[in-house]
Amino acid sequence: MSSRETILQRLRNRTGGELTVPECDFSVLVRDDWSTAKRIERFEKMIESVHGEVHHCTEDMWMDRLAEVLTTRGARNLLIPKRHEIGQALRNAGREDLPELLIYDEPIESWQAHLFNEVDASITSTRGGIAETGSLILWPNNDEPRLMSLVPPVHIAVLKASELYTTFREAMQAQNWAAGMPTNALLISGPSKTADIEQTLAYGVHGPKELIVLIIE
Amino acid sequence: MSETAEHTGHHIDVKEFHPRAQAAIHNPKIRKNFRSAMDGLMSKRKTAFEGWDLETLRDLGANVRLRALANLPELLEQLEKKLTENGIKVHWAVDGDEACRIVRDICKARDAKTVIKGKSMVSEEMELNHYLKAEGIEALESDLGEYIVQLADETPSHIIMPAIHKNTGEISELMHEKTGTDLSNDVEYLTASARQQLREKFMSADVGVSGVNFAVAETGTLCLVENEGNGRMTTTVPKCHIAVTGIEKVVPSMEDVSALLALLTRSATGQHITTYFNMISGPRKAEELDGPEEVHLVLVDNGRSSIYQDDELLDTLRCIRCGACMNHCPVYTRVGGHAYGTTYPGPIGKILMPHLIGLDEGRHLPSASSLCGACGEVCPVKIPIPDLLVRLRQESVDGDNLHPAKVRGHGAKRSSKEALIWKGWAWMHASPGIYRFGTSAATKFRALQPSKAGAWTDYRTAPKLAAKTLHQRMKERGQ
Amino acid sequence: MVDPIKVYPSKPSKVYFYGTCLVDMFYPDAGIAGVELLEREGIEVLFPQDQTCCGQPAYTSGYHDQARSVARAQLDLFPGDWPIVVPSGSCGGMMRKHYPDLFKDTPDEVKAAEVAGRVWELTDFLLNVCHIKLEDLGEPTTVAMHTSCSARREMGVAEVGPKLLGQLKNVNLVEQVRPEECCGFGGTFAVRHPEISGAMVSEKVDALVETGTRQFVTTDCGCLMNIAGYAEKNEKPVEGQHILSFLWSRTRGKGGQQS
Repeated sequence: MSSRETILQRLRNRTGGELTVPECDFSVLVRDDWSTAKRIERFEKMIESVHGEVHHCTEDMWMDRLAEVLTTRGARNLLIPKRHEIGQALRNAGREDLPELLIYDEPIESWQAHLFNEVDASITSTRGGIAETGSLILWPNNDEPRLMSLVPPVHIAVLKASELYTTFREAMQAQNWAAGMPTNALLISGPSKTADIEQTLAYGVHGPKELIVLIIE
Repeated sequence: MSETAEHTGHHIDVKEFHPRAQAAIHNPKIRKNFRSAMDGLMSKRKTAFEGWDLETLRDLGANVRLRALANLPELLEQLEKKLTENGIKVHWAVDGDEACRIVRDICKARDAKTVIKGKSMVSEEMELNHYLKAEGIEALESDLGEYIVQLADETPSHIIMPAIHKNTGEISELMHEKTGTDLSNDVEYLTASARQQLREKFMSADVGVSGVNFAVAETGTLCLVENEGNGRMTTTVPKCHIAVTGIEKVVPSMEDVSALLALLTRSATGQHITTYFNMISGPRKAEELDGPEEVHLVLVDNGRSSIYQDDELLDTLRCIRCGACMNHCPVYTRVGGHAYGTTYPGPIGKILMPHLIGLDEGRHLPSASSLCGACGEVCPVKIPIPDLLVRLRQESVDGDNLHPAKVRGHGAKRSSKEALIWKGWAWMHASPGIYRFGTSAATKFRALQPSKAGAWTDYRTAPKLAAKTLHQRMKERGQ
Repeated sequence: MVDPIKVYPSKPSKVYFYGTCLVDMFYPDAGIAGVELLEREGIEVLFPQDQTCCGQPAYTSGYHDQARSVARAQLDLFPGDWPIVVPSGSCGGMMRKHYPDLFKDTPDEVKAAEVAGRVWELTDFLLNVCHIKLEDLGEPTTVAMHTSCSARREMGVAEVGPKLLGQLKNVNLVEQVRPEECCGFGGTFAVRHPEISGAMVSEKVDALVETGTRQFVTTDCGCLMNIAGYAEKNEKPVEGQHILSFLWSRTRGKGGQQS
């Protein structure tokens, strides 16, 4: 008998009594009375509490803010989406105050060393955010692959205020995650950190050292 | 290499708990490190739950886990089906050794020489690193705490904060000695050095091995919490990702995850959420540019299906591995994680390990508790830990007439001498006349009471028998 | 663990007094103090002379047959429908929380549950059923409260001791650090794992001494002999007594209170 069958049989034929299936009442997780302003305020507070940075922007000026941010970091380049409107807008703008724009359109195997060593910053879209925990929702795909938000030391994320949910449960239900998940989905809630050395916080362990969120209101 | 490659078995003898506990108690560094670390974690947890109806939230956590356990075999089948549809290969392992062989076989099939690891307690349980090393495969830990512990050739002393027993100076010396970093008390410098060293390993590793915090049956999703980013690296960069997990980790839906995640991170470290919450549902699709080509899940039993047989002991499987129990345990705080000599230390270790290694090997575990209940009070899924400890004590002396013992190694602590003492005690205390006679005699002869009474009087004066018992005093009052 | 909603009975005319074996043999004064406090509230105290022990020592050691046989002998002591008051969080907890489990699937299951439902820790009973009002006749003094783990987590009475002590106007109540941490008694734990228990009680005594108090009170004799015994052996300047002894000695002599 295979191990699979051994294990499943032991579980199916358990000796104890019948196991009751308790009701699960999720209402303790519900926060349905937060205004957009409150959500933005909470989101900002949470992200800043973990050394993230939040900038309030509009459709008109987010690129200005982006340019400022990149200049202060001395970023030599910026990895941008190929097809997403953010990437399109950045390429079409042809701005002098932005560093070299790079596109991730080759399989990682062909340029891994370059990505790991030479790319200073990346910008990605998001699929919304969660106010309660200060989290961004990302579903990496062919246009914005996984390593884009992981490898470069500076990660800039664009969040639409209209897509800011209050709780994780609210977000997953609104976006119907139960219907199917992508190969990789993420919640990002700050720059990478650790407290493994005597509970002292240190940032930028393996993931980005900086997380910068541009909220488009 | 042969089928049964030699690897160290349980290389720490659990029976040596007493000497280790003794040594830890007299080690000022361990006492100081654990005291301040646990105080910090307890305080952070408390703050994180402010504003929550915590009791209701814990009820939800308990019910979510119980609902999953009630349907465990069906959920595992559903999980396997969805994962397979998603392109993830599912393997089943009856015990840790088989799980190690499965991982090895996947590595060998890919001619893998190096494995990079994300944090996984189940992989510690399996002693995977030792096994792979004996097979000529290098397994490197990438979580900073685990990395440090691995450099020191030690095991983790806490399930969430593996290097909690070390302070900065020690870590600096360790890294200097093993990897050539400068001696420094600058945590940022040490972290940056580790980052650089490990980045190279991520890029070159053949296989990434990770644990799983929650496995979701409805969507075929493996969920991982982490702060550093090494979990994402481990499960994204190497071409092959192998996830290992215990069979009890499956839940029906993503909605269940929303409840458990709210409890897990706050209970563990007082964080509202970890930096990354990673949800993996498949390998790299044809059009994707990164991600592993192959993803495997190894479902590990290793004694869990035995726990599952018993209605009371089953509650042990609710555990979501947050570590709150050990953070609040006065025993753990004083002896540290290594004294237990087991993969899982602290209260959860005491109720889980006897099933994994047997009550004979783990004979000291159930009694190493004052039953204070601090653990049960903070457990996010309301595991009645003190009750389970009492049950395991019952099993240790072979159960009773109503409840014959079931746990592997039961009866290991039964001694005919102690059994006789309790029988005598019961005879006296179940017979009021004999009890009153005995106690009044004791008080009459209290001058002869020894001032030394074994272990008690090593630390305290002996309690003093009264001149008259309460029974006598009440009788004198006419009551 | 704690009763989610404690439904206190209305003040009865009688109660059963279950002294506990530790009070019986080592601290009978505390038992007498409890009786006096109840009688001053106008309650008749019934003391079943056949009481011995709640069975906890055997229970926590895993010898459940023996625990059951001793507990069984206690079940018949309370035939009338009066509350059963216990000067101990630990024994109270054993009876209230564990008797139902201990007698599950036995012919005594119903009786055990019925008895368990009538068990009250004594200070809890004084405060929340008798609504006792204490008048302090003593000199100014400082005291710390040690709430036992069972009093806190099984009987849910952590607030009771401080409230009662707070009624005494000449008593300055101080709180030690980590008040909710176990003192290390744990019954047989103290002798099975003496070094760990010793480390715990040592820190507890230090915490008490640090407050500047020279005395502590508690509902539990196990904790009392543990903490006071350690302090005595190691010449630490703190002594202990059962909270009932303390309350009685601070207020004795005054006539009965209106209920």
